[in-house]
Amino acid sequence: MSTSLRLASLSRHFGGLQVLQDVNLEIPQSGIFGLIGPNGAGKTTVFNLITGLLPPTSGRIEFNGQNLAGRKPHDITRLGIARTFQNIRIFKDMSLLENVMVGLHAQLKYGSLGLLTSSGLFRSEERRARERARELLSWVKLDNKATAKADNLSYGEQRKLELARALATNPKLLLLDEPVAGMNSSEKDELMIEIRNISERGYTIFMIEHDMRFVMGLCGDIAVLNFGRIIARGSPDTIRNDPQVIEAYLGREDDEVSRDATEDAA
Amino acid sequence: MDWFNNFWSVYSNLVLTLGTNALLALSIYLTLSCGMLAIANAAFMGIGAYASALLTMNYGLPFPLAMAAGMAAPALMAFVIGKPTLRLSGVYLAMATLAFGEVVRIALLNAESITGGALGLNGIPQSTQWWHVALALVLTLALLWRLRRSKVGRAFESIKEDETAAGLMGIDVGAHKMLAFVLGAAIAGLAGTLNAHLTFFIGPSEYGFDRAVDILTMAILGGIGNLTGPVIGAVILTLLPEMLRSFKDFRLVVNGFILVLIVLFLPKGIWDPGHFRQWFGRGGRRA
Amino acid sequence: MLEQQLVNALSLGCVYALFALGFTLVFGILGVINLSHGAIFMVGAYAAEQAVARFAFPLWGALLFAFLFCGGVGLVIDFLVLRPLRARNAPHLIPMIATIGVAIILNNGVQGIFGAQNLRFPSGLVSEETLSLGGMSLTALELGIILLSFVLMTVLLLVLKKTQLGRALRAIAESPKAAYLLGINVEGLFYLTSFAAAGLGGVAGVLIGLYSNALFPLMGQPMLHKGIAVIILGGMGDIRGALLGGLFLGFAEVLSVAYIGSSMRDAVAFGLLFLILLVRPKGLFGTLQERKV
Repeated sequence: MSTSLRLASLSRHFGGLQVLQDVNLEIPQSGIFGLIGPNGAGKTTVFNLITGLLPPTSGRIEFNGQNLAGRKPHDITRLGIARTFQNIRIFKDMSLLENVMVGLHAQLKYGSLGLLTSSGLFRSEERRARERARELLSWVKLDNKATAKADNLSYGEQRKLELARALATNPKLLLLDEPVAGMNSSEKDELMIEIRNISERGYTIFMIEHDMRFVMGLCGDIAVLNFGRIIARGSPDTIRNDPQVIEAYLGREDDEVSRDATEDAA
Repeated sequence: MDWFNNFWSVYSNLVLTLGTNALLALSIYLTLSCGMLAIANAAFMGIGAYASALLTMNYGLPFPLAMAAGMAAPALMAFVIGKPTLRLSGVYLAMATLAFGEVVRIALLNAESITGGALGLNGIPQSTQWWHVALALVLTLALLWRLRRSKVGRAFESIKEDETAAGLMGIDVGAHKMLAFVLGAAIAGLAGTLNAHLTFFIGPSEYGFDRAVDILTMAILGGIGNLTGPVIGAVILTLLPEMLRSFKDFRLVVNGFILVLIVLFLPKGIWDPGHFRQWFGRGGRRA
Repeated sequence: MLEQQLVNALSLGCVYALFALGFTLVFGILGVINLSHGAIFMVGAYAAEQAVARFAFPLWGALLFAFLFCGGVGLVIDFLVLRPLRARNAPHLIPMIATIGVAIILNNGVQGIFGAQNLRFPSGLVSEETLSLGGMSLTALELGIILLSFVLMTVLLLVLKKTQLGRALRAIAESPKAAYLLGINVEGLFYLTSFAAAGLGGVAGVLIGLYSNALFPLMGQPMLHKGIAVIILGGMGDIRGALLGGLFLGFAEVLSVAYIGSSMRDAVAFGLLFLILLVRPKGLFGTLQERKV
């Protein structure tokens, strides 16, 4: 199985603070991969580095053989990496349809001339975009609200919108930053099914999450980050029983985590 | 028809100024729709005005070519200063564009041999016909309308809402901001050209901070949610001084009050479809 | 000759610093760019002139009157315009646009009342004596400007650094919400800041009015632009930056007039501003961080 994303000796300082230290990770080309760790471990920073929002202090990031360092975020997206955010960042004043159509930006093939003259290409591309946007909204069961303003959605629906929008950019790798934060358990179950469906359509998924049941239920391969270092890597069972992982979470009094972990093991 | 001829002989300047003001309001609408508070459009207007006027006065250039020059010169200027300036955002961008505007005004004031200094340029050929203004306005509106309904318009709006998220959608934020800035400058330059060849006299003081504020006020007054707003704002702010003539100095005071009141009570401007929908009960849907 | 220029530069710089201080206080604590600060500056000059011309106030009385009057104007502006915008959490460029409206009202209102021609302070207000210090001569006015500015700036710095009030203000500058949760009377201190900042602006107006011996309704506009240049130079929201930036601009202007020529004088401020924004937008002491709400 060839690697799609490779982080090599990735480090990031912030003044005197060492946020990430010597992170090495290889993410294969398919499947659902999880990154967990206590709060403040540096997980979102990993995503920020991959998507080009922050430069690494040292180390390399390679995607399908291409070096990502120094590239602008929009270039990285066009290479095939899409991302959702911990605190949802949809475009609140735009409709759902428009939100997803923004995601299709890079794929619309008309230039300014076509735009100005309303050429056939312009019209067919716009129509195609509309249809594709509706299709993506139907994947997350939001197509009935396509023309509503994004601001009017419930929290869970907004998360699903963000997912549809990310998929619109036609990624090979989908980075999900705490996709179920703040959701109730029925919403979580629903999203778990949707993510599994998306994975089966061929998208590689790399997810950060705190909800252990969610992560263990979806991810075949998990890495654990603590204080900026990778301390464990492997299948859910391996991780669950790794003493260093348990120590990292117990040491932070993350009761819910250890409770979940032991429950699942039982 | 007599009535119309009479009307026109008295008010033609006003109507045409209305047109050029609408162009100016639309030029700043463009950058505002991208989330940028850039207050340099008066300077771009001035660059266009002076460039075109010098060409028609000193070299007898035909008007259409002068109009093209009046758009190209500010556009080029915008491109040059855009690169470093558009990296700034919010307050800093506003201040930088304001400062740029003042630098232009002072340069115009001091380059006496070319620009006539404080005395300005006199005797510009009055080439502007009503249909020039009408055509310019219609074409600009058509262009902006098209833009809004395309991926570029959506990109602008997403940049305005959340630049970072927009970038992650594959949108080249820097390039789009530059597009808005340069295009806005060209439109402002066109307005300046038309205006200069209407009033046949221009001076540096017309393109300073006061004018920049006027342009911003027109856009904000009318509302920047759509294309109608800036035009309405321009109409109101052009006609208001005429209607308030009797107030003399105090008519500008009224302008100031209007600006404050709009900001306080009608934050989305006068022409806000959302408001109308609320009043007519359809609540917040968008196509 | 150079020493004489230095005196000019110092007095001019002091007034610029005083003006910029008010401006930066409002930005740092209220988070608003108050573009009516220039108009308030002008109102101070006119208020003092009226106090002297109509009511025969002595100079120090006129200065005090200008301070209080402008402070009142600043307070009214804050209460009527800025407070409602705060209450609805308007994005910070909106209050800025509102203050543009206020400036238009004040500038044109004063013009409507007093006319556009230059006014002067009555002669004999400031003594004509000069002081000789090692080859330089300072007029009483220049000495007064420098001393008054230094006193005011020192008082302000001491209050900010050493008093409870100052600590509260600095807390608000960091994060109004957090300050509120700590029990600080944020709204009250906003009023106080608006008052004090406007008062300082008004005093600066009187000083410039005396220095240049000309009052006119739009005298605040070029000052406003320079104030913007100063606070960006020094770093927005930073007091030291306003002080040093003001002094720096004073020196830069006077020296450039002496060596390049007076027509480009105003361009100096803007040229500097533009350069700084391109090279180091945060200025000497500022941070580009939008402060936390």
